[in-house]
Amino acid sequence: MHNLTLPISEEQIRQLRVGDTVSLTGTIYTARDAAHKYMVENFIQGEPPATEREMLAELEQGLSGGVIYHCGPIVRKDESGKWHFVAAGPTTSIREEPYEYQVIERFGVRAVIGKGGMADKTLQACGDHGAVYLHAIGGAASLIARSVVEVIGLFKEEFGLPEAFWKIRVEDFQCVVTMDSHGGSLHKEVEALSERNLQEILK
Amino acid sequence: MNPVKIDLRESLLELVRRASTQLPDDVTRSLHEGLLHERVGDAAASALKIVLENVALAAEQNTPICQDTGTPIFVIHHPFGYSQRAIAADVEWAVITATEHSYLRPNAVDSVTGKNSGNNIGSGLPSLHFHEWEQEEIRIDLLLKGGGSENVGGQYALPSAPLSAGRDLEGVRRVVLDAVFKAQGKGCGPGIIGVGIGGDRPHSAWVAKEQLFRLLGDVNEDSELAELEQQLLAEGNRLGIGPMGFGGATTLLGVKVGAAHRLPASYFVSIAYLCWAARRASLTFNNGEVTFA
Ligand code: SF4
Repeated sequence: MHNLTLPISEEQIRQLRVGDTVSLTGTIYTARDAAHKYMVENFIQGEPPATEREMLAELEQGLSGGVIYHCGPIVRKDESGKWHFVAAGPTTSIREEPYEYQVIERFGVRAVIGKGGMADKTLQACGDHGAVYLHAIGGAASLIARSVVEVIGLFKEEFGLPEAFWKIRVEDFQCVVTMDSHGGSLHKEVEALSERNLQEILK
Repeated sequence: MNPVKIDLRESLLELVRRASTQLPDDVTRSLHEGLLHERVGDAAASALKIVLENVALAAEQNTPICQDTGTPIFVIHHPFGYSQRAIAADVEWAVITATEHSYLRPNAVDSVTGKNSGNNIGSGLPSLHFHEWEQEEIRIDLLLKGGGSENVGGQYALPSAPLSAGRDLEGVRRVVLDAVFKAQGKGCGPGIIGVGIGGDRPHSAWVAKEQLFRLLGDVNEDSELAELEQQLLAEGNRLGIGPMGFGGATTLLGVKVGAAHRLPASYFVSIAYLCWAARRASLTFNNGEVTFA
């Protein structure tokens, strides 16, 4: 088990190989479809609009050496107005494939967490910019919510609660490296292996 | 004659709560067995450990096992003399109330406008299936069927030349293995496979879905299908896809096959993939007394 504490350095990332298990501690951000589209449209294609400067500063600071989690949580607000994560498993990552290369490059993201894996462009970004794809355990929603020890901030609430950016502090968030910074993809390996096995079984 | 008057609302709410927060014993046991077959320290073993920890925690905290509480599918068996409309109204009340209590996530999206109804009620939701039977009691079975795993299911029309699958059980075997291979880990495996042979397209799909209500340990009454189930379970696990698609020995927890009559012209095989979060529960109402299983 590799223990990673944020911010993560490129050197730490380069040591990880597919199949490694990691335990993550520190401040990370959730982002899914609306958030990825927003980042690319506002901060990557052309001049950032004046209204979005604060958000830009937040992301530049928070995502450098940082982590994005593909997740649309079930949340709860307590009597004092503080938010809590109730259930927070990963969502399918492949929907962010069109955006992820640019987001990793622009903000210096070191790890993307989700489920189901991503495709060639993101794998390329992992190699080019020193990042990894971490697979969380699909369906482990109650357990992952418990590793979210604090909800620090909520940005872009207007996207809807599952789609907004949640800034959260996690402790011992366990994942598996399934795409590393050396071109390795466990998804490709397992697919190739299972295809050989299938041919063998059907012979 | 007037229908018998009953109020199942609170019992149905309890049924939904149990389904969402407590994984059935046979599934939990099967996940534990899977863990014994994985190598210590492998990603597959760590995935199953986390899954089992999550299952225990959800039950203890009374929180949903998974945030995607899926399609609530109710199969309702009742004797003669009850109003299906009255039972359906009680089910709707239970689903709305369970959503308010966060046992269910609002999951009903209008396909035309994109608007979420917010209470899990919509056209075709919850999914209700009524059967009148000879027995005296009412039995209601519920399955919360996750969306991610639903996306990796499918339907084949045999024969299929590319898969060398003819119109027989050998052809069925070939397409089921193809479907398991294509799903990889994307349906949150280890999975349970429901197979429906025959029927027209929708009936074939329903026969596949119905199999997911069966206990993992039950044995098919048809000896040929029982044999096919065993064979497919063993062969599916030899693919090496493993939990979450991390590679490993536990790709499937079960395979259940049902068959319906078909037209001479058609031979459909449907595959329903159920994720490890196989949230089923059932209630029996007999002489005013309710029991859960
Ligand atoms: S496929 Fe099942 S376990 Fe995975 S996210 Fe969906 S409901 Fe949860």
